[in-house]
Amino acid sequence: MTAGLRVARAAFREAVRVRTLVGVVLVLAGGGELFIRFGGGGMTTFLSLLEATLVVVPLVGLVLGTLQVHQGRRLMEVLLAQPIRRHEAFTGLFLASSLPLAVTAGLGVLLPFAWHGLLWGPLAGPVLALAGAATLLTVVTTALAYLIALGVEDRVRAVGLAAALWVVTVVLWDGVVLLVALLGADRAGQVPVLALLALNPVDLTRVLLLQQLDAGEVLGYTGAVLRRMTSATAGRVALSTLLMAWLALPLWSARRMFARKDF
Amino acid sequence: MIAARGVSKRYGRYQVLDGLDATIGRGRITALLGANGVGKTTFLKLVLELIRPDRGTICVDGHLLDGTPDYRARIGYMPQIARFPAQMTGRGLLNLLTEAREAPGEPDLTLLDLLDVGHAFDQQVGTLSGGTRQKVNAVLTFAFGPELLVLDEPTAGLDPASARALKKRIRAEREAGHTVLMTSHVLADLEELADDALHLDGGGNSWHGSMEALRIATGESSLEAAVARLGNFPPLRAVA
Repeated sequence: MTAGLRVARAAFREAVRVRTLVGVVLVLAGGGELFIRFGGGGMTTFLSLLEATLVVVPLVGLVLGTLQVHQGRRLMEVLLAQPIRRHEAFTGLFLASSLPLAVTAGLGVLLPFAWHGLLWGPLAGPVLALAGAATLLTVVTTALAYLIALGVEDRVRAVGLAAALWVVTVVLWDGVVLLVALLGADRAGQVPVLALLALNPVDLTRVLLLQQLDAGEVLGYTGAVLRRMTSATAGRVALSTLLMAWLALPLWSARRMFARKDF
Repeated sequence: MIAARGVSKRYGRYQVLDGLDATIGRGRITALLGANGVGKTTFLKLVLELIRPDRGTICVDGHLLDGTPDYRARIGYMPQIARFPAQMTGRGLLNLLTEAREAPGEPDLTLLDLLDVGHAFDQQVGTLSGGTRQKVNAVLTFAFGPELLVLDEPTAGLDPASARALKKRIRAEREAGHTVLMTSHVLADLEELADDALHLDGGGNSWHGSMEALRIATGESSLEAAVARLGNFPPLRAVA
């Protein structure tokens, strides 16, 4: 086992507060329970829950991730004073902080569907896809949180920046997309809209999930443009590739920043 | 044991070290002296490669620091304030360091009894007082039989009995031929422990010599007065 994995294993039990994880499960599973209870167990419920999940999960990754890095500052210092390479220390710390959060987010999505017996019906595929997306999106946003927290020394400013990024990607993005779309409503003007889709991992995840379903009316503007301009398969491949890039790029940058940083 | 040549480090607009040359003798306790913000902690962190110099080289035990981590297997580092993540326990931290080190054999936990901190080792660090956290910090520092100890304010926050036990351990390390590089604002501790002094004077200036030589060079008998003189006067020549 590499030093990074050994560090991750030793830090797993310690890196994340159990209370935090329980909180994440309660918010996601509690939300799911409410949606199912009051909306029935149909596709509409699922779509509402999908939107809610894509609001909560990035917030968890960005804000909790940033806080964790700042709380673990001294731990990083002591860890890096050991005979361990920096990229291995990074691997260990990142896995230890992102995986519990990611698995918890996935579980939070699955649990209410599981205890309502909806995991074996027509919703099984979409729910599993949403749980997987929540897991992946947590890792992506935690990587972004590492970038922010390693780059910004002041804890309050770092958390503020993480929260601002959440507001932009989750709340303001549709407005930006709409503005760009209005400025160029012809076919050529739709290229920037697709570029905007590529720039937002939350939007990418949403469109990718909705493309699996026959839910054209809720694709949102970017999704509708994508569907009009490419075939379903090409769109899916493009979206998946972009989402993988969103996983790889922040991780690579954060690892590089960690390796060069003064602690 | 440690040789720094032409080491410079700048934080933004502040040039903390500028062409510093310094040598730390093996098997001796060296006190790192100097005013606040003169780069004492920076120097300690440079030795551990927690910070990389802008210019210059540092050798530790013949190993030129180049990013390869193996030389740190022989170092025990005690950071200034033990602010570990609140939910971690001392034992959890020890496990983590053991995994990071791939340390063979049992860790040396004799300080656990000497500092009377065994009861707190399985408690979450966040629930411990500052002094108890510092004791946990000390236990971790000495746990892996280090040949070079880098101690940043080791007795800060400790009660008199624990400070005494820790100083005894530091002396025992020297008797075993190990090297200690330490800072402290408790000059009495340094007076009691240190063989040598390395005084940083801002930028590239430093004074290095034995404690005895420091007294002769400054004409002061107390360390406090000697350090105050070193801080106020242009750099003195080292006395062998």
